[in-house]
Amino acid sequence: MRRLIPYPLMMASLLLMWLLLAGFTVGQFIVGIGVALLAGQGLAALHPASPRLRRWDLIPKLIGIVLYDIVLSNIEVVKIIVTGDRRGRRAGFVNIPLELRDPIGLAILSVIVTSTPGTAWMDYDSSRSTVLLHVLDLVDEEAWVDTIKDRYEFLLREIFE
Amino acid sequence: MSHAADLPVWVAVLVSAFLLLGAFLTLVGSIGFYRFKSFYERIHAPTLGTSWGTASIVISSMILFTVLQSRPVFHEILIGIFVTVTTPVTLMLLGRATLYRDRSEGNPGVPPMDAPLSGRRDTERR
Repeated sequence: MRRLIPYPLMMASLLLMWLLLAGFTVGQFIVGIGVALLAGQGLAALHPASPRLRRWDLIPKLIGIVLYDIVLSNIEVVKIIVTGDRRGRRAGFVNIPLELRDPIGLAILSVIVTSTPGTAWMDYDSSRSTVLLHVLDLVDEEAWVDTIKDRYEFLLREIFE
Repeated sequence: MSHAADLPVWVAVLVSAFLLLGAFLTLVGSIGFYRFKSFYERIHAPTLGTSWGTASIVISSMILFTVLQSRPVFHEILIGIFVTVTTPVTLMLLGRATLYRDRSEGNPGVPPMDAPLSGRRDTERR
């Protein structure tokens, strides 16, 4: 069973994607399973690290928090651009130490940081395990560090480590 | 579109609202891209278009075709997922290239390789 289905999560997502694109019919379901099995074998030949999810239940919470934060920061960045107000706004870099080591967790953190307007993931130093972010409105540096560490990194570590 | 006349009013209003919101966010993002002065500020502006700009247009498309075809249509969500997941790849490439250039040219306003850390490194949590 492990040889046939080496990456169940990835293969299930692939099957779901196939059905979304081709339509939910029995025929497409069978073709989709064939595609997922083939792709699973192809991926197994590359020997990627299999993600270990420790806490499934926290994933919806993380998605909810991230969507909420993205809406808020969209509004913030629209305000900055439309008013063109430069008084009191200072853009700058923050160098944040991370405890998160899991590569998939780090990848997800980079997606979160990037898709939130106003913060951009610039560089990750794996030897010191620090991440360099650029923040558009860096009024309160501590607040940004706390947001990244307490809101996202804490949950990601609970999920992956 | 010929089917558009058959739409109930509330659907038309909902779809237009999401479509306009998405278009507005993308437009503001482009204006910001033009208005900001430095590279590092500029990379923030198009994120409006790639986050809720895309999401809003995707949602309006899902509502419209779900109503028109009288069955749930979800495959647009894949566009949103792939846009979101692939944006950091380009951004990191551009960001690291610019950092490298600014550091080697010694431009001001760029943190050095061993920049001081902001905030705490808490090891006791684990």
